[in-house]
Amino acid sequence: MARKGRPQPPMGTLRRLDAAARAAFPALGIALLLIAAVVPVGAPGLVAALALPPVFFWSVFRPAAMSPPVVFGLGLLQDLLTFAPLGVGVLTLLLVHGVALRMRLWLVRQGFTVVWLCFCAVAAVASAFGFVLTGLLDWHMPSRVPALLQAGLAAGAYPALGWTLGRIHMAMTRAEEGA
Amino acid sequence: MIRLSIPLRQALARLSLPVLIAAAFGIMLLGKADALLVERARMALADALSPIWAVVQEPVQAVRGGLREAEALWNLRTENARLREENERLHRWQAAALALEAENALLRRQLSWVPDPAPAFRTARVVADAGGTYARAVLLGAGPNHAVRKGQVALDERGFVGRVTEVGNRSARVLLATDMNSRIPVVLEGSRARAIMVGTNGSRPRLQHWPEGTPPRDGDRVVSSAEAGAFPAGLPVGTVRISEGGGVEVELFAQLDRLDVLRLFDFGLSGILPPEAVARPEPRARR
Repeated sequence: MARKGRPQPPMGTLRRLDAAARAAFPALGIALLLIAAVVPVGAPGLVAALALPPVFFWSVFRPAAMSPPVVFGLGLLQDLLTFAPLGVGVLTLLLVHGVALRMRLWLVRQGFTVVWLCFCAVAAVASAFGFVLTGLLDWHMPSRVPALLQAGLAAGAYPALGWTLGRIHMAMTRAEEGA
Repeated sequence: MIRLSIPLRQALARLSLPVLIAAAFGIMLLGKADALLVERARMALADALSPIWAVVQEPVQAVRGGLREAEALWNLRTENARLREENERLHRWQAAALALEAENALLRRQLSWVPDPAPAFRTARVVADAGGTYARAVLLGAGPNHAVRKGQVALDERGFVGRVTEVGNRSARVLLATDMNSRIPVVLEGSRARAIMVGTNGSRPRLQHWPEGTPPRDGDRVVSSAEAGAFPAGLPVGTVRISEGGGVEVELFAQLDRLDVLRLFDFGLSGILPPEAVARPEPRARR
């Protein structure tokens, strides 16, 4: 949005690059996070737990950068990286994205804690869904502990990730308004 | 770019989520129907990323090394007392072992015993966790011209870890003994009773199917069995532990939570075929 007294500069290459980088950051950031989370540090299920918070955050606060095809790609990357039954991560992330889109008009007006509590509920349902789906695809029930661990990890990771992403989101908004 | 009218574009945007959810179900079916294709895609991705993981691994290893060092310094005194006591005990064992070795050599000479050839092995570094939420596996980084094959047996410095199930150009996946899909034929060293060690995704696999009349006892040593030709006999696996609920579990010798380098042994065994013939051991190349 151009302010009064400052003419809108023409769309140069640099500005176009800037806008493209802003648009691509959420997806690329999540992809890099997933790839880095596979390095063994002794916490199984870290990848699936770390995918949920940023996908939820960007779906609520910047849905233009987190379109369904992008979510689909990230889910596929998650499934391929973790050697999980193919499609489980895709479907879980798509459903989280859909729920976040439904709730976003209400959520963007809420404070951080309310958003976090909503995310905790979403993460719990998503983990339970992944658990049931894995059980159906492998045709035997996996133990419940990893699913609980995944939900707990995701819920615990949200404040740190959400705070960082919130800062980045504000910086991006400022850059867009100032440009 | 194709110019679309605004209502059409909105309709497409609204449709994309349901369409992609349907596509996710399609991918699930594809993954069930063509396991080989999915395996190839996974190993191609792992091949492409394993150099990156190998680099990221360096600082992670440094931090872990530092933490371990600090822990060791903290426990120096108690550790020292324990080692002194253990050293006493091992000295007695060493004397016994030397006597037995001499006796063994003597008996072998008399029997003209043909020794088993020492198996060839290569080492590979663990670069990534390839298990996800519901599986226990690690990814090994190997050079471009590695000779890692499916069905090879992986050991760390203490004991049995798992076996190679997927092989790419620069990486290989090892299914750990604790994974839910792992079934290892074992022998209880004391009673020579055979049993199956079943992974549960927990830290201790369970023992099943031992013969009636020879129940495993707490503290029994468990070694691998050559039954079914999947593993060589006598690899160190772990010790029997009876859990509080009465379940019979195996405490593995290998430290599965801190794997960094694995030895891959090629015993040249054909082995049994898993349900999908995906992880079928490949025949050893002729030399």
